[in-house]
Amino acid sequence: MKILIVEDEPQMLQNMRQSLEKEHYNVEAVSDFSSASEKIGVYNYDCILLDIGLPDGNGLELLKLLKKLNKDGGVIIVSAKDSLDDRLKGLDLGADDYLPKPFHMAELHARVKAVMRRRNFDGNKIVEVGNVIINLENRSVHIEEKEINFNRKEYDILMYLITNKARLVTKAALAEHVWGDHIDQADSFDFIYSQMKNLRKKLENATINVEAVYGVGYKLQIS
Amino acid sequence: MKLLNYTSRYLALLLLLLISVWAVLFYYAMLDEIYDSLDDGLENQKFLMVERATEDPSILLQDDPEFKKHIYNFTPISKETYQNFKESYRDTLMYMLNEKDFEPVRVYESAAVYGDKYYKLKIITSMVEEDDLVQHLAVYLIGLYLILLVSILFLNNLLLKRIWKPFYSLIDQLRKFKIEKGIPIVIQYTPIEEFNLLNTTVEKLIRKSSDSYIAQKQFIENASHELQTPLAISINKLELLLENNDLTKDHTEDLATILDNLGRLTRMNRSLVLLSKIENKQFEIEEEVDFAILTKHIVADFEDLAEHRNMKIKIVSNHLLKLQINEDLAIVLLINLIKNALVHGKKGSEIKIDIQPNSLQISNFGDPESIDETSIFKRFATASNSKKSTGLGLAIAKAIANRYSINLSYNFNKTHNFLLEFPSGD
Repeated sequence: MKILIVEDEPQMLQNMRQSLEKEHYNVEAVSDFSSASEKIGVYNYDCILLDIGLPDGNGLELLKLLKKLNKDGGVIIVSAKDSLDDRLKGLDLGADDYLPKPFHMAELHARVKAVMRRRNFDGNKIVEVGNVIINLENRSVHIEEKEINFNRKEYDILMYLITNKARLVTKAALAEHVWGDHIDQADSFDFIYSQMKNLRKKLENATINVEAVYGVGYKLQIS
Repeated sequence: MKLLNYTSRYLALLLLLLISVWAVLFYYAMLDEIYDSLDDGLENQKFLMVERATEDPSILLQDDPEFKKHIYNFTPISKETYQNFKESYRDTLMYMLNEKDFEPVRVYESAAVYGDKYYKLKIITSMVEEDDLVQHLAVYLIGLYLILLVSILFLNNLLLKRIWKPFYSLIDQLRKFKIEKGIPIVIQYTPIEEFNLLNTTVEKLIRKSSDSYIAQKQFIENASHELQTPLAISINKLELLLENNDLTKDHTEDLATILDNLGRLTRMNRSLVLLSKIENKQFEIEEEVDFAILTKHIVADFEDLAEHRNMKIKIVSNHLLKLQINEDLAIVLLINLIKNALVHGKKGSEIKIDIQPNSLQISNFGDPESIDETSIFKRFATASNSKKSTGLGLAIAKAIANRYSINLSYNFNKTHNFLLEFPSGD
């Protein structure tokens, strides 16, 4: 799967590239408007991570270009300027998502995967991890052929961890993803613990399990 | 007290004083003139009497000391007395038949000689009635005073009002002036130099404050934006580092602590951006938001956090409460207040949300010491020891409330109460 990163900040670019390459994506990167439009003109990408504030042009223009060229890759706008205006304009111009900086790497993966799923696997709505089978359409979870009932939060946590499997997901990243951004000022993210306990109980017969890492975060382990 | 009335009051007092002094002076001057003229008349009378006596000496003999028949009387005197005689005018009282009262008369005493006989001559004339005079004078002066007063007030109101119009216009605009609204002050033309000076000074001052206000606003917004990228880089680098499986427990925990603090910095930064955005009047889209439904949703979102703190959020009454507002801001407003109650509320206690047709109150138990009601909504006025609080939550809530003319107030009465009073009418 091919991903293009358009980002003028070299370190930001490096972080994203490094993290995405770990997931075995084929990552290409450019850092200005002109080389981005060149690449877009020549190649097809499954997903483009697009910074709007480029030194030699507005990233929104690239969206227009993509539309004109009839490219059907997904686009996630990555912007330091969390502006409602840009968000609406971007989504209006065909972007799939808008991710304001700073974001958690785990969140980036979740968004990229969501876009990929939406764009590329229209027929494939099943995710299989170990002996756990998840139907994305009706959000049902089967373990060893037996349906287990997950509530919304448990399901979201599970999906988030599966998306970021074998990677340490911090409590903050998890809380913000599942409970929403506004949970941010809560005095600690320890409240996740009770949901996590229930989730673990439901995964009793699964070959995957959620491992707590030094009270810092969680990691999905496949045995 | 208005300037206009202020000057009028002093003018009235001054006039009263002036007219009183003037009345006294005028009275004595007039009295003096009257006496003078009476005395002249009496003296003239004497010459007439003396002439008449030569034609009709009988008048010299009549004895009428009480002035019953005539207004004159001759009394024989000795030569020595005559020689030492001094003419005199004096006032005395006499019974007047018409008035049926004692009234003042002027008596003129002089001496005359006929042949070898000497006489003392007394002539009287009726005097001006001083009490009447004073009374009439007073009435007329009071009349004058009132007329003057009315005309001054009239003039003040008509003329001064017109003269002071630019001034009042300026004051009115200054009163309504809000720096965040950015509506400039409109200066009226005035030929009066002082007002022009005032106007230009005020104009300059306002332009300067507005400029620095805008600059400050932009600075906060720009600074916050510029901070996002380095924050993002640091957070992501650390997250990548955390994924490294070789890290020891201590290293992992240290990294987590750094990440936590960067997260706090991010939240603070986002809050600052949000604050400036609210103050910059972004978030233009408005819709009718049902606060009762919204509250229910938000309370549900916070269920886990509440449970973790062993607290309960109870919506005690649930009236219909709607307002035309940007939905995102309405959410932020409620979230910040509910979160504040959750974070600062006593563990194991209950948070009450009371929704009335025109207000919404969130109450929580907490440390009884009352918080300063004026500074609680200020930025970074955090009183708690909670390290994760940005100190901006209530400032943001206040900014949103202000933006939509909702009155947000705090009071302590066994519980900490945050009350939102919605504008009535729409």
